[in-house]
Amino acid sequence: MLEIKNLHASIAEDDTSILKGLDLVIQPGEVHAIMGPNGSGKSTLSKILAGDQQYQVTDGEILFNGESILDDDATERSLKGLFLAFQYPVEIPGVNNAQFLRMAYNAKLKYNGEEEVDPIEFDDFLNEKLALVDMNESFKDRALNFGFSGGEKKRNEILQLAVLEPKLAILDETDSGLDVDALRDVSAAVNKLRSEGRSFLLITHYQRLLDYIVPDVVHAMVGGEIVKSGDKELAKELDKQGYDWVANV
Amino acid sequence: MSNQDHDKTIHEFIAKDYEFGFTTNIEMEQAPKGLSEDIVRFISAKKEEPEFMLEFRLKAYRHWLKMTEPRWSVATYPDIDFNNVYYYSAPKKKEAKLGSMDEVDPELKRTFEKLGIPLLEQKRLAGVAVDAIFDSVSVATTYKDKLLEQGVVFCSFSEAVTKYPDIIKQYLGSVVPYTDNFYAALNAAVFSDGSFVYIPKDTICPMDLSSYFRINTEEIGQFERTLIVCEERSSVTYLEGCTAPMFDTNQLHAAVVELIALDDATINYSTVQNWYPGDPKTGKGGIYNFVTKRGKCQGKRSKISWTQIETGSAITWKYPSCILVGDDSIGEFYSVAVTNHRQQADTGTKMIHIGKNTRSTIISKGISAGVATNAYRGAVKVNKSARNARNYTQCDSMLIGDKCSAITLPTVDVRNATAQLEHEASTSKVGEDQLFYLMSRGISLDDALGTIVSGFCQDVFDKLPDEFAVEANQLLSLQLEHSVG
Repeated sequence: MLEIKNLHASIAEDDTSILKGLDLVIQPGEVHAIMGPNGSGKSTLSKILAGDQQYQVTDGEILFNGESILDDDATERSLKGLFLAFQYPVEIPGVNNAQFLRMAYNAKLKYNGEEEVDPIEFDDFLNEKLALVDMNESFKDRALNFGFSGGEKKRNEILQLAVLEPKLAILDETDSGLDVDALRDVSAAVNKLRSEGRSFLLITHYQRLLDYIVPDVVHAMVGGEIVKSGDKELAKELDKQGYDWVANV
Repeated sequence: MSNQDHDKTIHEFIAKDYEFGFTTNIEMEQAPKGLSEDIVRFISAKKEEPEFMLEFRLKAYRHWLKMTEPRWSVATYPDIDFNNVYYYSAPKKKEAKLGSMDEVDPELKRTFEKLGIPLLEQKRLAGVAVDAIFDSVSVATTYKDKLLEQGVVFCSFSEAVTKYPDIIKQYLGSVVPYTDNFYAALNAAVFSDGSFVYIPKDTICPMDLSSYFRINTEEIGQFERTLIVCEERSSVTYLEGCTAPMFDTNQLHAAVVELIALDDATINYSTVQNWYPGDPKTGKGGIYNFVTKRGKCQGKRSKISWTQIETGSAITWKYPSCILVGDDSIGEFYSVAVTNHRQQADTGTKMIHIGKNTRSTIISKGISAGVATNAYRGAVKVNKSARNARNYTQCDSMLIGDKCSAITLPTVDVRNATAQLEHEASTSKVGEDQLFYLMSRGISLDDALGTIVSGFCQDVFDKLPDEFAVEANQLLSLQLEHSVG
């Protein structure tokens, strides 16, 4: 599904190096988690994968379904089936949430050579998805993330994930800022969206999330590299011993 | 789209072809270039006007001679040579009189069809009546007879001068006197046509009325005048659209619009202005849009609402305003002004509160891209007599790229302590983060920008009549296409 080889990347504006030779392979249907301290570059990795132009890849390769996506912009990557749930979803005033979702959904349909849906058809589809993530229908008429609470924003990200049905979903610190109930709801929704053909990459500080969404593989990331990989037990170990433990390995 | 292509489009201002830039080849009748008393007399004679109109024009002309051109707007441009302008240019009449559909030159019909303004009273356009103005004259007005059955007069200004001289005498210059400003004086002297609307008492105009202005001749000045009178308890929705061909030279458009609302009358006036903005790269050509628009809420509980979507013109200088004379009257101004490339806009409104409990709302959205300048200039004045006046003003500016500018110049003058005024202003930059967010959902760069901008303008678009809202949105997207850099 995803293959990252020796990835080096820096901030485009000032060439600050962030990723320093990162390797990662995710197979279809797998759930991977990347844990790491602040500043390890894990959120940057998620943005680079999604095509954020603030960062530049200086070396290495990103293959998605066997093809390099380095030349694709964010739009193209999304259309190919890559999804990023943002750590800080962006507020866009005046843009109706349901209309935005339909626009994104139709862009995907069009890309896949399928017929676009009208607002009425989409509404039925959207209602199902809202139920899946346990969101109220009033979300449809609000402006995109505008004035949403932190928890609402995160739920809205998962709603978009449910609507767009990507091949690979990257969840960037989706657990941060969520209370226990919201964390349980969001995790339940993600678990429902797990499937054989869909992979997940969870980026998190805390082992807590992984109690709800159980990963197949856990990676520890320090200083722009993956320094240790293992099964879900690694997450518990990291939680107990801290990152110095792996950094010094 | 690959990253390379992406860079190419966002760093390059691709000159999106102005779709209405064609010219119509038709035999025109023109007065010689330049302005003099003779030209004023010529125009008046051409229109077979009654004596009072000629006097009005001459007074205005003589006053204009004493005035100086206002240069206080933020726009910069070379001096205009008022003697190098055609003040009258009209399609040569084939026979008899223009006005009936059958007599409209087929070439003109085709022109307006190309512009999406069919002059035939087809079924699918049953909702809107159109007055089509080509250079200096009105070439056709649709649904005239049908409207007249309900007492609604909708005709060219020239026709109104001969048919309804009393109404014209009573209201002409009553809201915008010829002494008001340089361009209002010039207009009063040489205006050649425009639209006239009269809605009698207790009448809700059965359909939306609209004017479509088309400039065709190079080096012409289009000076039209619109007068709308709404009697007690009547209402009308009026729409206005404009386009022009692409020329290297600048054309002057100096219009005057006067609205009068009597007791409990409501006038909604919407404009979608898409004059040729000039060459995107060099800034050559384009329309100088110097317009005076003002409404008078003369009656109690009357209401005048201006909505404008300004996307065209090389320079825009206009301030649709309301004089709130009647107690409990309401004035509104909703504006979206987009400037891209080398366009300059200095636009806003004046709300003058005179009656008691008068209320006004101003919502202005300025969007600036390229190397354009966009200024909001507004004045709220509350006179001593205006007890309990209220105003709410919101001016938001959005910048796209880092070479454009936005300026907000509000003034407030309150002479009555019971007044309540609120003012909110914001300036935002279209964020890379917003664009990235939408793009990461599979939405293209241009669509992402269009979505952000139309979201920004939503409060104003909500005020537009449906048929205009879609057009406005499309126009905005077109105007801003490829403007992220």
